[in-house]
Amino acid sequence: MKPNFGVVVFPGSNCDHDAYYTVKKIFGLDVNFLWHKDDDLQKSDVIILPGGFSYGDYLRTGSIARFSPIMKSVIDFANNGGVVIGICNGFQILLEAGLLPGVMLKNKSLQFVCKDVYLSVANRNTLFTTDVPADKVLKIPIAHGEGNYFADDETLNELSENKQIVFKYSSADGEVNENDNPNGSLLNIAGIVNKNGNVLGMMPHPERCCNPVLGKTDGAYIFNSIIHNFLVEV
Amino acid sequence: MFKATVIIRRRPSILDPQGVAVEKGAVLLGLTNVKETRIGKYIEFTVDADDKSTAEKEVNEYCSKLLANPIMEDYEFNLEKV
Repeated sequence: MKPNFGVVVFPGSNCDHDAYYTVKKIFGLDVNFLWHKDDDLQKSDVIILPGGFSYGDYLRTGSIARFSPIMKSVIDFANNGGVVIGICNGFQILLEAGLLPGVMLKNKSLQFVCKDVYLSVANRNTLFTTDVPADKVLKIPIAHGEGNYFADDETLNELSENKQIVFKYSSADGEVNENDNPNGSLLNIAGIVNKNGNVLGMMPHPERCCNPVLGKTDGAYIFNSIIHNFLVEV
Repeated sequence: MFKATVIIRRRPSILDPQGVAVEKGAVLLGLTNVKETRIGKYIEFTVDADDKSTAEKEVNEYCSKLLANPIMEDYEFNLEKV
């Protein structure tokens, strides 16, 4: 079946329209905006928590958004196996909501970093990455001030053992090293999934690079993976 | 009614890049004895409760679920009857 998408809109979200546009115009699928004060997911099969500065990033990034009425529904949806992708601020919200482990610290440089980065795909067997060709290094933009992923050693070991680390910052050749780490993230982590593999959080913005007119399309591998997994399910 | 004052500290094991950057300013000021600068948060609010234990319970919940993230921060608070 074709999946329906829902894009959550928090006060301060600013990538919600990019995500909506990409799903609707590039992939031609049904998509609804989900207002943070509502609790109805409008029969969405895939929920996108978009980038931005929800609630002004006050206190800690994502810390207030997680208490929105819509998040209670999103948490129930995710715990029942629903597909959720949190991008940038959406990733930060997933961490604060406890749907993914760890926290985000300020970038090591203390600077807001906005540029294209390369991602080595550490796990191609998630429903978000099955369409990425073997050895393909993705080029996707980042734009954040707090993307420095931190978790204790036990959590990091668990993430590695369960293959929950999906994307790592790398060189254009896919080599994971400290020089190509834009924010100080432990293990160069750019994206992780939960244990069940239905919730993805990633700092890079795949919704910003799906339109050939913009000259970059590597984000389409991620959307295509999700969509194909739904089509195959029928 | 109680007045609560909360101090939130980043856990000692976690690098505080903001503290490191600010300390570079101390060096520029010529304050060579300043070491281990770490930046936390100070938060104050009132709790409309009749007794201290009820107030403490609410402050603990506020701190542990929202004001501090226990993965990277510790908190302590003081309650004063007003």
